[in-house]
Amino acid sequence: MSLNLKNELIRGFIKENAVFVLLLGMCPTLAVTGSAINGLGMGLASTAVLLGSNVVISLIKDLIPDKVRIPAFIVVIASFVTVIDLVMNAYTPDLHEQLGIFIPLIVVNCVILGRAEAFASKNKLTASIVDGLVMGLGFTFALTLLGSIREILGAGSIFGAKFVSADASTILLFILPPGAFIALGFLIAFVNKVTKKKA
Amino acid sequence: MEYVVIIIGAIFVNNIVLAQFLGICPFLGVSNKVSTAVGMSAAVLFVMSLATIVTYLIQTLILIPLHLAKFLQTVTFILVIASLVQMVELILKKVSQPLYQALGVYLPLITTNCAIMGVALLVFKKNFNLVESVVFAIATAIGFGLALIIFAGIRERLELYEIPEAMRGAPIALITAGLLSLAFMGFSGMV
Repeated sequence: MSLNLKNELIRGFIKENAVFVLLLGMCPTLAVTGSAINGLGMGLASTAVLLGSNVVISLIKDLIPDKVRIPAFIVVIASFVTVIDLVMNAYTPDLHEQLGIFIPLIVVNCVILGRAEAFASKNKLTASIVDGLVMGLGFTFALTLLGSIREILGAGSIFGAKFVSADASTILLFILPPGAFIALGFLIAFVNKVTKKKA
Repeated sequence: MEYVVIIIGAIFVNNIVLAQFLGICPFLGVSNKVSTAVGMSAAVLFVMSLATIVTYLIQTLILIPLHLAKFLQTVTFILVIASLVQMVELILKKVSQPLYQALGVYLPLITTNCAIMGVALLVFKKNFNLVESVVFAIATAIGFGLALIIFAGIRERLELYEIPEAMRGAPIALITAGLLSLAFMGFSGMV
């Protein structure tokens, strides 16, 4: 397992990006990206859970019997989700309120279980840490990008800072549910186009 | 009347897939054919109603009296749902072979369907009692089925058209879902 940082970053952000390429974790991706800050918050919360679960699973992988590994992974993930849920409730109550049930639902985010099963259960600690960080940050990048696009088009602001006059009409559609599907659809098509050209 | 509001709200106005973004994975994954979409919807209806009843009872009878709800809810719910799905699969296999054959392949996929867990959590956000929760779960599952079957019907047609290469697969499916979601927004304000 080589730990070439640049390659790892390219892998997490573009080549194997959970959202754009693997199409995992679509529910939070679509639901919480009404603004850039929500996307960033959700991405970082998921990254923290992913990092924690990758570390623990990589450490205990030899202790878990093969047949019950999935339930065991789920318990580890659910514990970290609970920790994050309570931490966010205490330190970022506004964000916690806005993300709502999508914080406990990080448990069923297939990105996290996917990495546990495909990577952390087969690799050493350091490699799993790098993998958790890289995939998590790639996920955060995707969510923040989608959130920014929707916020710019839909509300005329970025990270809450408005750059159009208050009475300017914005494309409200993009912060409403249909806009999430449409924006992500075009974003994936764009990524497809760019990556195909390179190959 | 109260129940009518819950039902209309869950099916049309706040459609679980198109307005709340829960259960997107099966929505995109098993919507290639109308027949598989029907099977998946039936399986979801079954598991969602059961899971909501069981998690509701666990929450009100065990977790809240013992003051554990705040930090054990997530862990308990996911484990209950996972084992429930497994149990339903085993029982169906014994009791009703035709039903098992119809729903069997979809059951394992349901554990990771966030709509199930989402509904189990939502009923507490909305402060429903047990009957309201069950009505809400059934209506939500019908809304899920409706969205999934309409979407599968559109996708079957979509196969026949020539689409730019980069847009094939997921992108065009997402844009289609966006337009469907836009259509469902027409229901907003009904309740």
